[in-house]
Amino acid sequence: MSSDQDHLQETDTEARFEFKKEENAAVKSDKGLTEEIIRMISEDKDEPDWMLERRLRALEQYQNMPMPSGWPGMPDLSELDVEEIIPYIRPDVDKREGVDDWTELPDEIKDTFDKLGIPEAEKNALSGVGAQYESEVVYQNMQEQWEEKGVIFCNMDKAVQEHPELVKEHFMTTCVPPSDNKFAALHGAVWSGGSFVYVPEGVTVEMPVQAYFRMNSEGMGQFEHTLIIAEEGSEVHYIEGCSAPKYGTHNLHSGGVEVFVGEDAHVQYSTVQNWSKNTFNLNTKRAICEANGTMEWVSGSMGSKATMLYPCTILKGRGSTDTHITIAFAGEGQDIDTGAKVYHNAPDTSSTIESKSISKDGGRTNYRGLVHIADGAENSSTAVECDALMFDNESTSDTMPYMEIEESKVDVAHEATVGKIGDEDIFYLQSRGLDDDDAKKMIVAGFIEPITEELPIEYAVELNRLIELEMEGSLG
Amino acid sequence: MARLELSNLHAEVAEGDEQILEGVDLEVQSGEIHALMGPNGSGKSTTAKVIAGHPAYEVTEGEVLLHLEDDEFGEDIEIDEDQRTWNLLDLEPNERAALGIFLGFQYPAEIEGVTMTNFLRTALNAKIEEREELFEDEEDEAEEEDDGFESSPMEGPADEGEVGVAEFQGILQEKMEQLDMDEKFAQRYLNAGFSGGEKKQNEVLQAAILEPSVAVLDEIDSGLDIDRLQDVSSGINALRDEQGTGILQITHYQRILDYVEPDHVHVMLDGQIAKSGGPELAEKLEDKGYDWVREDVYGTA
Repeated sequence: MSSDQDHLQETDTEARFEFKKEENAAVKSDKGLTEEIIRMISEDKDEPDWMLERRLRALEQYQNMPMPSGWPGMPDLSELDVEEIIPYIRPDVDKREGVDDWTELPDEIKDTFDKLGIPEAEKNALSGVGAQYESEVVYQNMQEQWEEKGVIFCNMDKAVQEHPELVKEHFMTTCVPPSDNKFAALHGAVWSGGSFVYVPEGVTVEMPVQAYFRMNSEGMGQFEHTLIIAEEGSEVHYIEGCSAPKYGTHNLHSGGVEVFVGEDAHVQYSTVQNWSKNTFNLNTKRAICEANGTMEWVSGSMGSKATMLYPCTILKGRGSTDTHITIAFAGEGQDIDTGAKVYHNAPDTSSTIESKSISKDGGRTNYRGLVHIADGAENSSTAVECDALMFDNESTSDTMPYMEIEESKVDVAHEATVGKIGDEDIFYLQSRGLDDDDAKKMIVAGFIEPITEELPIEYAVELNRLIELEMEGSLG
Repeated sequence: MARLELSNLHAEVAEGDEQILEGVDLEVQSGEIHALMGPNGSGKSTTAKVIAGHPAYEVTEGEVLLHLEDDEFGEDIEIDEDQRTWNLLDLEPNERAALGIFLGFQYPAEIEGVTMTNFLRTALNAKIEEREELFEDEEDEAEEEDDGFESSPMEGPADEGEVGVAEFQGILQEKMEQLDMDEKFAQRYLNAGFSGGEKKQNEVLQAAILEPSVAVLDEIDSGLDIDRLQDVSSGINALRDEQGTGILQITHYQRILDYVEPDHVHVMLDGQIAKSGGPELAEKLEDKGYDWVREDVYGTA
């Protein structure tokens, strides 16, 4: 065993998620959403005018859009009051763009990340980590060899300053415009922090690029933006982990992710998220795939009061490919509404969606998916598979697959299974010496194995541990 | 040495009042092979499941006792005088497994996503741990501190006293070779997509690794071709010869008894052991069926 894994084993995971620090913010916005607040955020970041203008335009769009409604079975958002959310908190870090040396960080931030096991993971296995604390990326490290190849990995605010042409062209323009939905518009107005990844033509980044986001303060919103540009023939795997402690008032996480997959490029975007049970997790994630490009989404969605998340891929170029593997876990009082969207807009495109969900103690999971095959996207194929596992009769799981097929020469498959954890399966494992709990854990670990095998070991271990803790009901 | 003792065992289906076992008396010592035969519906599988603690059955009368001797678990555990006899009916299925009861299933569950290696190592370690708890003094228990969370069934590193990954690989490889199993099995998911024969072979492999005191094998011979039957049979013989396991072999047919020679043969009829004897009883059943037993015992055909 590496010391990395030893460390992960030794950390008290429950404490990690209950753990929170006294606020020590340098700049903290007022609650709610006004033009003044948007200007304050932009000014504090010393942003160029064009970004401020985009923010203000997004704010206007946000104010003019209604809340989503009328979706069958959509999660209840009535308790979410955006006017009560603090959209921006900058921790007290001298260098606004973050620091390169871990030891320069304030103790309280170091302590938090120590508890989360981040530095150990970084030291041992990771090639680069951007760790976001509140609204800012405070720490990042990048191997020199990447820089020599022209790879850029930095926080999004820094990218605005240092790579304005790339950002100007790609930031919330063609992929996720603010007009997409109300929360995309909100995100466009108040976004802060996140990651920027640029991989030049033909470059393969062998190690995964990783970022960890932590929401620490009460009643705040987190709106990180991730922009990944993979040029022709390049390859990169980006991983993010997210968590937030428990507070009495509601938090809002509304992230934005935009991925540009060039011709023959390959991007994997993996995420393991565990939000506190009062967080509204409403995100917009989308990729645009050029000819023969490959996009892979791998996500584990844990925690939150309500999640609405449907990573989307637009298969724009001929022969492009998309894969979704998602897992959702809903316990008491949780409504996890997640799925995938794929637009087949070119011939010879293919997509597979594998969605797994676990519900217990009255939790609800829902697979909501949309596969659109446009007229002319001939010889395209899609396969959707949804499996739901329920612990008890109080929990529910729904499947809402929408298929919009406008082309006849296509191959479409959909399969859904729903089951309760089988008594015979549990007895079989018990008869071999496992107690009731361990038997259930093993069955669930097997159920989510398609996800964990796609993740680096630390994340796979983390995901397993989170699900174990959820099953024991020991996460607030 | 261990001895499994069923006395006057009555059981019914838990949800319903259908009586299936009507007073079963049976004794299996480690090192012995018993064949339990009888027509369909006579209660053979129910007997096996009740011994292992299946929740679908409720015991209404009688006892299932396990007597242990000092040498049962090697040198690690000294068995106190007052812990030599256990009433299995008071214990959970995993506790029974820890005490050395193994049930070989006729239709084993298929568990996707769990590799054989991971499963078997987890089971072995769970058994070791449970055994320690069962035989531990209450004082020791109080001293033991919970250090946060348990190791994951997926990727737990070996704690003190556990069998680690590398050590386990060696054990597994050796046992699989003995059973003439392809090493690819180690990385396949537990029973998922296994043929009928592979599943039965897998049951015997599990018994070989968990080293039970008494193994109840429920129709382990059904659906096997002759080659596989021989593999499975030699595995069962090895359990007895090398580990001293007591075998309760449930079967319909004489065929497996040609390879696994029983010391005792019992015929079950209508939820009771109607007749017991030596190997010659099985041969007689093969020739004459069960009706003569019924006639013999009840005086009617």
